[in-house]
Amino acid sequence: MLAFLIKRTANAVFVMLAVALLAFVIFRFFGDPVEMMVNEQATQADRAELRERLGLNDSFATQYLRFVTNAVQGDFGISYRNQQDVMVLIGDRFPATFELVLVATAISLVVGIPLGVITAVHRNSRLANLLQLGSIVGVSLPSFVVGIMLILAFSVSLGWLPAFGRGETVDIGWWSTGLLTPSGRQALVLPAISLSTFQITLVMRLVRAEMLEVLRSDYVKFARARGVPAPRLHWVHALRNCLMPVITLTGMQIGNLIAFALVTETVFQWPGMGLLFIQAVTFVDIPVMAAYLMLVSFIFVLLNTLVDIAYAWVDPRLRDDTAKAGGANG
Amino acid sequence: MTFRKILLASAALTALSGMAQAETVLKWGANRDIGSLDPYSYGDSFTINVLNHVYEGLVRYNADLKIEPALAASWEILEDKVTWRFHLREGVTFHNGNPFTAEDVVASLERVSDETSPLKGNLPAYVSSAVVDPMTVDITLNGTYPLLLNDLTNIHIFDREWMVEHDSLLPTDIGSGTEGYATYNANGTGPFSVESRQPDAKTVFVVNPDWWDVPQHNIDRIELTPVTSAATRVAALLSGEINFTNDAPVQDLPRLEASPDVNVLEGVDLRTVMIGFPFRDTLASGEPNPFKERAAREALYRAIDLDLIQQKVMRGKSRTAGATVAPPIPGYSEDLDTVPGADPEAAKALLAEAGVPEGLEFEFNCLSDGLVNEEQFCQAIAAMWSRIGLSPKLDVAPRAVQTPKRTQGKTDVYTLGWATLPMLDAYSPLLQIFHSKVGNSGVFNWGGWSYPELDALIDAAGSELDTETRLDLENQALRMVKDEIIMIPLHQQPMAWAVTGEVTEMPLFPDNKPRLWYAQVAE
Repeated sequence: MLAFLIKRTANAVFVMLAVALLAFVIFRFFGDPVEMMVNEQATQADRAELRERLGLNDSFATQYLRFVTNAVQGDFGISYRNQQDVMVLIGDRFPATFELVLVATAISLVVGIPLGVITAVHRNSRLANLLQLGSIVGVSLPSFVVGIMLILAFSVSLGWLPAFGRGETVDIGWWSTGLLTPSGRQALVLPAISLSTFQITLVMRLVRAEMLEVLRSDYVKFARARGVPAPRLHWVHALRNCLMPVITLTGMQIGNLIAFALVTETVFQWPGMGLLFIQAVTFVDIPVMAAYLMLVSFIFVLLNTLVDIAYAWVDPRLRDDTAKAGGANG
Repeated sequence: MTFRKILLASAALTALSGMAQAETVLKWGANRDIGSLDPYSYGDSFTINVLNHVYEGLVRYNADLKIEPALAASWEILEDKVTWRFHLREGVTFHNGNPFTAEDVVASLERVSDETSPLKGNLPAYVSSAVVDPMTVDITLNGTYPLLLNDLTNIHIFDREWMVEHDSLLPTDIGSGTEGYATYNANGTGPFSVESRQPDAKTVFVVNPDWWDVPQHNIDRIELTPVTSAATRVAALLSGEINFTNDAPVQDLPRLEASPDVNVLEGVDLRTVMIGFPFRDTLASGEPNPFKERAAREALYRAIDLDLIQQKVMRGKSRTAGATVAPPIPGYSEDLDTVPGADPEAAKALLAEAGVPEGLEFEFNCLSDGLVNEEQFCQAIAAMWSRIGLSPKLDVAPRAVQTPKRTQGKTDVYTLGWATLPMLDAYSPLLQIFHSKVGNSGVFNWGGWSYPELDALIDAAGSELDTETRLDLENQALRMVKDEIIMIPLHQQPMAWAVTGEVTEMPLFPDNKPRLWYAQVAE
């Protein structure tokens, strides 16, 4: 197990370094941050001098090395645009994104699982076909379109919910939450729904596929023969056996949602990390872009590594050291 | 914090918001956030504009964009012609209660002109400043220079004591990677003070009851919320979540106008949109550059149907321009503002005269995040040039990507918008764009032209203290720019703000800067 852990961790570190390298290659195509930082009357000499001071004239290798050395120590520098410490800036935005993702995930489970069960149990019924069709729409509509339509319906026409922002927030230590105030909860509704549409479909389709599999299994047939009522059979016995992959997928998708929340955040002016990143791109704010990419890839790598380790823990066949033994036995 | 405390806190908040209803609140939805609370931290006119509600300069623009006294009550130029003496306004206090004195002015000027300040270009002629007595300051310049007051409208005055206390005498240096106190805190003399700020979410300004001037506004509170997405901004205005935006998207104007509770304020910006030419020996492709010939430049000018662009691309909202500065800018004159009219046949003849080869390929560099409808008018113009037998290669990308190509001469023909800000004088484009690239002049002379005669006119204007003579010199220089077709002026672009019925008075400024101390909100 130890060897496995070391190997996985080494892999993770390698992935992070590769992400940093790729990020640095990409930044060169974003343009020149200095042109965005100085005002119209700055002379060419001023611009050149600022570029020199920011270390933008150094070779690619030097810049990369400096970035990695600082990043390892948790120092990502200060934002060109906001002049704030990048880690503080991202730390301030993280709660907003995380709450949004959490609520969106909860919605996707609460809505997606029952829909999945219904479409599996009542296969080929009119309702199930309609839901299936709806799910295709859910997958294919881009989330900014969903967001704008929600705003039009619930903010402009009905006037029930705010179109943008996060409402009032309450600080609990360094964590700011919008869940404890009425305006914060109201502001969360539309972005969370918009972010969860794709996820609902994903959960629904996964549950449906798993349910169809399980419903064919012997124990379900036996239970039915024994006279277990259909609702109890479907919603308790069968569903419970479908949930393992759903939980795994949901865990993995959290990384995705954090990364893709940036579209939703832009539409709803949700002050999260995604919005920060989009603005950093506009202003070529390299320290913020670099830190964001590193953080998101870190979340991905962490989730993947944890899932791998958990699998290895649950299923000994996946461990390297026992794989050989298993092979001998098999 | 226990749950009980949270309940109490939210109860208190509710009570507060109950009180807030009696206040007049301007809810401003901008298209972007300010960079920081420190106007000297980033060369960004929007940040400076917003922070002008908190910080003030020695002089300011009034409702007619004429310069009037602000923190300085009066001024004179001393015998030597290069030292300006400012007599400061008595009885002004900063938001923290500190009195405003000459030391504050000197410290602020030193801060903005520091080596590491991204804004030092805003005071091009500044050499030094000195305290004469607690209410008098001398500013020494590098020569006779007529536009110091214009420059000073944009230089915000900080409190020296406050800067010393918080170690902020120098501007934040991004190169050193440390944060500054002034990034998060503000202490000015202006009509509003900062109550709170959450970056990218909300910045709240409250009225300063001790402001030295008689307020013409009745606003108690300004809530600035950036709403980046244009569609969301329009929705927020329609649903009344914001009651003012300084960027109403052009494509949504009919919809906003149709709404009974929204008033659209439309005008023409001071920004003149132009097309520039390369004057180097070769094009970016390495081919010989025909645009050094005036006839070739004129051919491109005659090929453009400005009326078509005005009517179709700009939806009739722009103002077709013949001069390189807008009418309200000093130095402009009506006889400069003539357009030759589109004539593709004449254009072809001019191309032949200049010896431009058939199907000449050249780069046409435009921004995707620059001027109003820039991508569309660039496409239209590229098509018009194709019609006279040229092959422009349209290259559209964000500013941050295009600017290095432009400054390094890696492109040929390019667009440029110039509003003459913050100077509001024709000297601004003459010095920054049309002057040869020497020293601090011609920073935006991307084409690399050089007309010694033009430079002489501009230099003379730049040291002429008599306004009439100076404007005459500037006018002559603009005429030369026009005759030589150094750049093709296209139009002044449209601008649109929108308010809901709650906002009863909102003067629209042609420099596209909201000045909310002239606004009124219904009680």
